[in-house]
Amino acid sequence: MRMIIVAGTPGSGKTAVLMHALKSLNERNLKSSVVKVDCLYTDDDKKFAKIGVPTKVGLSMDMCPDHYAIYNTEDMISWAMENESDFLVMETAGLCHRCAPYTVNCLGVCVIDATSGPNTPLKVGPFLSTADVAVITKGDMISQAEREIFRERVLEVNPNCKVIEANGLSGQGCVELAEEMLKSKEVALDEEKLRHSAPLAVCTLCVGETKVNKKYHRGILRRIDGFQKYEGE
Amino acid sequence: MIEEITIIGGYDKQGNKEPVEKVIIKKGEIFGVVGPTGSGKSSLIGDIEQLAQEDTFSKRKILVDNKEPSYEDRTNPRKKMVAQLSQNMNFLADMSVGDFLTLHAKCRGASNKCVNAVVELANTLTGEPIKNEHELTILSGGQSRALMVADVAIISNSPIVLIDEIENAGIRKHDALKALAGHGKIVMVVTHDPVLALMTDKRIVMKNGGMQNVVHTSEKEKQISEKLNKIDELMLNLRDRVRNGEILEEIEHIEI
Repeated sequence: MRMIIVAGTPGSGKTAVLMHALKSLNERNLKSSVVKVDCLYTDDDKKFAKIGVPTKVGLSMDMCPDHYAIYNTEDMISWAMENESDFLVMETAGLCHRCAPYTVNCLGVCVIDATSGPNTPLKVGPFLSTADVAVITKGDMISQAEREIFRERVLEVNPNCKVIEANGLSGQGCVELAEEMLKSKEVALDEEKLRHSAPLAVCTLCVGETKVNKKYHRGILRRIDGFQKYEGE
Repeated sequence: MIEEITIIGGYDKQGNKEPVEKVIIKKGEIFGVVGPTGSGKSSLIGDIEQLAQEDTFSKRKILVDNKEPSYEDRTNPRKKMVAQLSQNMNFLADMSVGDFLTLHAKCRGASNKCVNAVVELANTLTGEPIKNEHELTILSGGQSRALMVADVAIISNSPIVLIDEIENAGIRKHDALKALAGHGKIVMVVTHDPVLALMTDKRIVMKNGGMQNVVHTSEKEKQISEKLNKIDELMLNLRDRVRNGEILEEIEHIEI
């Protein structure tokens, strides 16, 4: 079985692009299972159900969705195995863009919205820079020149990725994504490791502190000038 | 140099086969694309821009000189065979005109000297002058469109040029078309404007997402086109006078 991890900003078209790619795999008699990880709400499971793909939803609620997805990967793999799927597709909402939920053997797919401006690729960090495939969506909404600059910026951040310009409405480019999925490696749970470490967040805020005043905070604290200290036992 | 492109028909919005199975466009030809709104004109242009290989909604296939273009040809902007002016009226990129053009010239492997040439050309097409230090996002619809035209003409200097509704932006459409449709290029113009439609050699008629027919512009239509040009010039002249605050007393009588 192969594992595909899809990350991207909210509303970038992850689900739309995936639906077209999975339909194309369906046509080749290849089975997929989808796990959709979101924060508060999603109805994407209904959309995937329409194309006959078994889907599980995970809502991370007050936890970071990427951490939550990583922690649940093992169960997702066993569930997809039970379904006798050829592909496990994990779609995660991603929150701060500092995370990259990709593991070493998965196919890491980053979906990024071209209308978000040509500086976005420079801002989003490891979920783009460690991806295998960057899918650029909504290119039809901007000029060809802007589209070309956007593509160049994506390659500046991740020179080795395969860039696919896709359209979630028409399905353009999604067959190419399906091709990349076919080329990906077998997943091996015991050997799976994250490509990029998750961000540091060990402080009182993580356990529910809501007061802003400095004196209430413990843990690893970093000031805006870069000075960092550990406070606590 | 590209000699011809071939559009192999796919399916319309209902999934029926397109009546036109094949269109060949040769170097130096200007093709029009006409049809009601929603008839699939922009999608056709989009298919050509992407050099579609049965991988779009319409399942059309585009051949260049009778061959399937390589993946590299389809995606690398330095090798791109197609320059496209889409219907977009505004830029979304948050940067200055000068920076934007410099970056785009870099993407396309064009010289930095292009930047000033683009701004100069754009300013011949629109009313209010554009400056290098202007932010892209504050440009008016007409200024943006003029800049897009000039950018396509100079920086994206490709053998295939696709133009989507140039008449919409209140810019000088004849001058814009002249700047875009350089000598020996393959040009496609999507238009609702009979003046532009009759200026082309042939036109593809769209309906329901499919190519319905290919019409050759007849001799009679060429004559009509010249008459329409006179009306158009009159309209342009009146437009400029009204724009400049003049009060019109009467319209000059024209022979058509």
